[in-house]
Amino acid sequence: MPEKQRGRYAALAIAAVVIVVGIPLWWKTTETYRAWLPFSEISELDSLQLQLSVDIEVVFSRGTLTPEQQKKFPLSHVNEKEHQVDAKTGLRYKYETRYRTATIMEEDALNQPTAAEADLSLHMLSESSCGSVVVYVIPESSTLLPEVRFRAFVYFYILKSLLKLIMLIPAVYFQDVKVYVGQRRTALLRSPPFKTSWNLKEVLSNLDVEVEQVVSTMSFGHQDIVAALSNRVRMTKVTKESMADSMRAIKSSPGYEITFSLLNPDPKSHSLHWDIEGAVQSYIQPLLNKLAPIANFSVDSQILYYAVLGVNPRFDNSVSAYTLSADSLSHVINPVEARLGSNAASSNPVLNFLLYVPDAHHSPLFIRDHSKREVPSNAFHSPRWGGIMVYNVNEMYGPEAERPVDININMAKVMGVFLAQLRLMLGVQHTHPPTGFVLQSPGSAGLADWELDRLLWSRSVENIATASTTITSLAQLLDQIGNIVINDNIAQQVSSAVTSLQSAVAELEAGNLAFALQYSREAILASERAFFDPSLLHLLYFPDDQKFAIYIPLFLPMCVPIVLSLLKIVSEAKKRRADKQAKSD
Amino acid sequence: HTHLNYKLGLTLQNRTSEALTPAAAARDEFQEELVIRPLHSGDIYASFQFRTLWDTDFLQEGQKVSHYRLFPKSLGQVLSKFSVRELHISFTQGFWRTMQWGQPFIPSPPGAELWVWFHDTVSDVDGNWKELTNVLSGIFCASLNFIDLTNTVQPSASFKPLGLGNATDHRFLRYATLPREIVCTENLTPWKKLLPCGSKAGLAVLLKSEKLFHSSFHSQAVHIRPVCQDEQCTSKAWELRQTLNVVFDLYTAGQGKKEWSLFKMFSRTLTEACPLATSSKVYVDITDNPELSPATPLLSQAVVLGDRRTYSVFDLTRAETFGQLRSLNLLLRWKGDGEMLRPLLHAERYVAGFGLQTGEIHTVIYNNHPYRAFPVLLMDSVPWYLQLYIHTLTVTSKSRDNKPSYIHYQPAKDRHRPHLLEMLIQLPPHSMTEVTVQFERALLKWTEYTPDPNHGFYVGSSVVSALVPSMVAMNTNFTQDQPLFSSFVPVKEESSYFVRVYTEPLLVNLPTPDFSMPYNVICLTCTVVAVGYGSFYNLLTRTFQVDEPSLPLAKRLANLIRRIRGVPLLT
Repeated sequence: MPEKQRGRYAALAIAAVVIVVGIPLWWKTTETYRAWLPFSEISELDSLQLQLSVDIEVVFSRGTLTPEQQKKFPLSHVNEKEHQVDAKTGLRYKYETRYRTATIMEEDALNQPTAAEADLSLHMLSESSCGSVVVYVIPESSTLLPEVRFRAFVYFYILKSLLKLIMLIPAVYFQDVKVYVGQRRTALLRSPPFKTSWNLKEVLSNLDVEVEQVVSTMSFGHQDIVAALSNRVRMTKVTKESMADSMRAIKSSPGYEITFSLLNPDPKSHSLHWDIEGAVQSYIQPLLNKLAPIANFSVDSQILYYAVLGVNPRFDNSVSAYTLSADSLSHVINPVEARLGSNAASSNPVLNFLLYVPDAHHSPLFIRDHSKREVPSNAFHSPRWGGIMVYNVNEMYGPEAERPVDININMAKVMGVFLAQLRLMLGVQHTHPPTGFVLQSPGSAGLADWELDRLLWSRSVENIATASTTITSLAQLLDQIGNIVINDNIAQQVSSAVTSLQSAVAELEAGNLAFALQYSREAILASERAFFDPSLLHLLYFPDDQKFAIYIPLFLPMCVPIVLSLLKIVSEAKKRRADKQAKSD
Repeated sequence: HTHLNYKLGLTLQNRTSEALTPAAAARDEFQEELVIRPLHSGDIYASFQFRTLWDTDFLQEGQKVSHYRLFPKSLGQVLSKFSVRELHISFTQGFWRTMQWGQPFIPSPPGAELWVWFHDTVSDVDGNWKELTNVLSGIFCASLNFIDLTNTVQPSASFKPLGLGNATDHRFLRYATLPREIVCTENLTPWKKLLPCGSKAGLAVLLKSEKLFHSSFHSQAVHIRPVCQDEQCTSKAWELRQTLNVVFDLYTAGQGKKEWSLFKMFSRTLTEACPLATSSKVYVDITDNPELSPATPLLSQAVVLGDRRTYSVFDLTRAETFGQLRSLNLLLRWKGDGEMLRPLLHAERYVAGFGLQTGEIHTVIYNNHPYRAFPVLLMDSVPWYLQLYIHTLTVTSKSRDNKPSYIHYQPAKDRHRPHLLEMLIQLPPHSMTEVTVQFERALLKWTEYTPDPNHGFYVGSSVVSALVPSMVAMNTNFTQDQPLFSSFVPVKEESSYFVRVYTEPLLVNLPTPDFSMPYNVICLTCTVVAVGYGSFYNLLTRTFQVDEPSLPLAKRLANLIRRIRGVPLLT
């Protein structure tokens, strides 16, 4: 029956058109635009293997080695250590140590009367690259070190529970000074007693322990690096202290706003003057100049009148002064913060430093720590937020003074505290030097070169960790929700973040610390920009079941006849075959 | 091993000297002022002005201003970041009734208004403007972020810089209004925070939102401009003026008695000046001789908006102002039967027409001066969805065609920019001038409608700016307080004054669709497609066979009976 045959063909043709043209057309016109993303490279980044390479130079000065031993110089040695932090993160430290003898000029420099001068003249001779460490081994009998111990102070901070009260405590070590760490990237190491019978290998292996201590002081320790990975790794193995360090320091960001605010709750009694411009210029700016490779800083200041702390200080009869206990400090910040105002011109994180001059009726005011002792600095800080210092002025005028009293604030005293707090916030970790170490105070720059290096190491690692987590979670999100539109600019940001990340890892491996930081900053910027792009948040995501409910009036009447006629064709074909079989039987 | 009580700041110890430089002479000053004026309608007009003057330059190349004392840091940062030369922002709740209340000291349109002159070094003005509006919306807690290119215009003549510098290139000017913006406490709080004394001392203690927003009119503004530092104008200073104008309807609320006190208005009294202010004064308008207590010997005369007014002055920086009670509560009682000075310039606007397709905007400007004609600048910014027919623009005065001497018209681009119409019109004396233009309402895309589209769409106030001849100059026969020799030729600077009048904003209905439309459209289209497809499919796949015609029903029934009976069947 040709007529029936024709109907069959027509049904098949329509089914074919619907399947070949209709469905792809519908699919194409309703799909969301998704630019290509480097998913495979991102999944590689998911398991991060970081290698940190440090160049170490060990220089033997005259009188430390026998001529016999010196003949084998120069010599180099590579030492690698591997740590598996968790299933997806591994660390490898590569210490490339080169041994050589001192040049004549270096010998001259080492003959300076004091270690500080020797440090300076060594620095003049050659500038070592960022991230490297030079250790000069000086004879046991050298007079450089014992004198040093009376000049250099080690300062460290005592931390008290949650609200870390700062005390700067200078300490003079009376142990035998073994190592002197200068303001730059050099250290002087007193050679341990070598037996003349030892061959060079034994001498070097004897030195190894000390050199390692020097390196972990001056570049990075394992704990610091693991703490910097806190964005990727669940913390279990980190010591409480390096954890506290990394939690106190403000998160890595391309820029920071530093705001100094003078709070004057009582302008009727006190007319306060602070030379903040000069103080910033002489105390804060040198440190910030030094930190310029890490981030851009901008400093501003304001005076807030009638700004009060959130808690009422308690009057203590025994000292006839008002006191703030450590427990109440956590309530101080919130009410003040409403007055501080956010920075209108940028979205960088803000570090606030408040100088609070108590009003005439509530002074003097002292902060007490948990053991009820007065905090000598009369200051405290709040992690990742900033610091507050209380500045009592009641002793500066008598009861008959004419109100308002003009008061000049001693900026040296104030800035000393703020500078210490700023160092903490920026993550300049205080080091716990092993016994026998003397660290030269950073001097006018506020930061020694090796301290900067330590910061660069941990910041690079932190940036890489943060950027890689951001990128992988973004990729995961985009993978899971198929409806999100991926614009070309997001794809571009993601791929530039991935390339920057790869370069940062590579530079870290090659030991180029400055470039590694640079690339890691770019990576973090690009990844954040991609992650927080508003185009990912368009509210155009309908659940699939609702979408199909809307299409049902179209799909149902179209598909039912096609399916029915296909079924009919199949059943007819079956029947015909059965008939044929029956016939042939 | 450690010395606990060691001195602080150890690392710095060797570099600091105990001798401190004396504090730099304060280069900024702060003034506060309150003017109270009883209105003829029985309402009270209170106008606060806070002025901070700082002789610094935000636009200096290379050197960033970053240390603030009295000037608010947030605004200073905005000025230097966006290279703003002048910034005027106002938030107003309610409409200023010029005919009942006279001219305000600082006029403002209902809703939010923002106009900014950028420095002429700015290359991307639109980009700066966009970012600036976003930042300002954060500072003032307002929806200024809804300002975009579709409601921003660049008036060519109406908004000239008020401060130093005669910028004339209007490419650096941006003007936008949000007539729908509702002003409330959340805008007042950040505004008060910009004051050096906050709301803790001085005149600002009166600014309690529960009273301020219980009023007929409330307007708060911030004006920043560069001004001369001294008379020779050798260097520039920046002036920040924060103004707050409020009209209290105490007449109806107070049982028809025309009397008020500070306490009644603000539920506070004044106890002190802001200690940071160099001057802190309260002026009370006593031109119409009301009863004022406490009386003050200090009087001040000023010509304000073309009218000579007398004020009692209370200086808050002097202790005797507060008297024995150490608090100042002004009390005023007045009859209010004096003639009110009729405002010489007045404008109103309405939309006419019927249906949802076309309409007509009428702007009516009144010149109430008995014998002087003067020109006014009319500026109209109309959103793109009202498509103006500019050929229908007519200007008539005294039922005669009045040809504008200057017309600047920038047509709208759909979804990109609004219409801008500026005209210089000469107003004949004692006349009413009517400007009409027809428009057609556009159909919006369904995502472009506001959440409550049936409320209608707002069109911002039109702005009438003019130099109005002064009433003082007009009054030629006053000899009471001026010698004859001084009053023959009117003094030049008093002969006219600048006035800006804002009309009402318009509320226009646009054709509003049913918003379940997309779903309906999908369903309907699908059904139509499915029906068409179904018949088409049937037509193509159905096989046609010649069918034997069946017997009619009667024959079949007959056959049934015949079968029972065993009779041969019919065919």
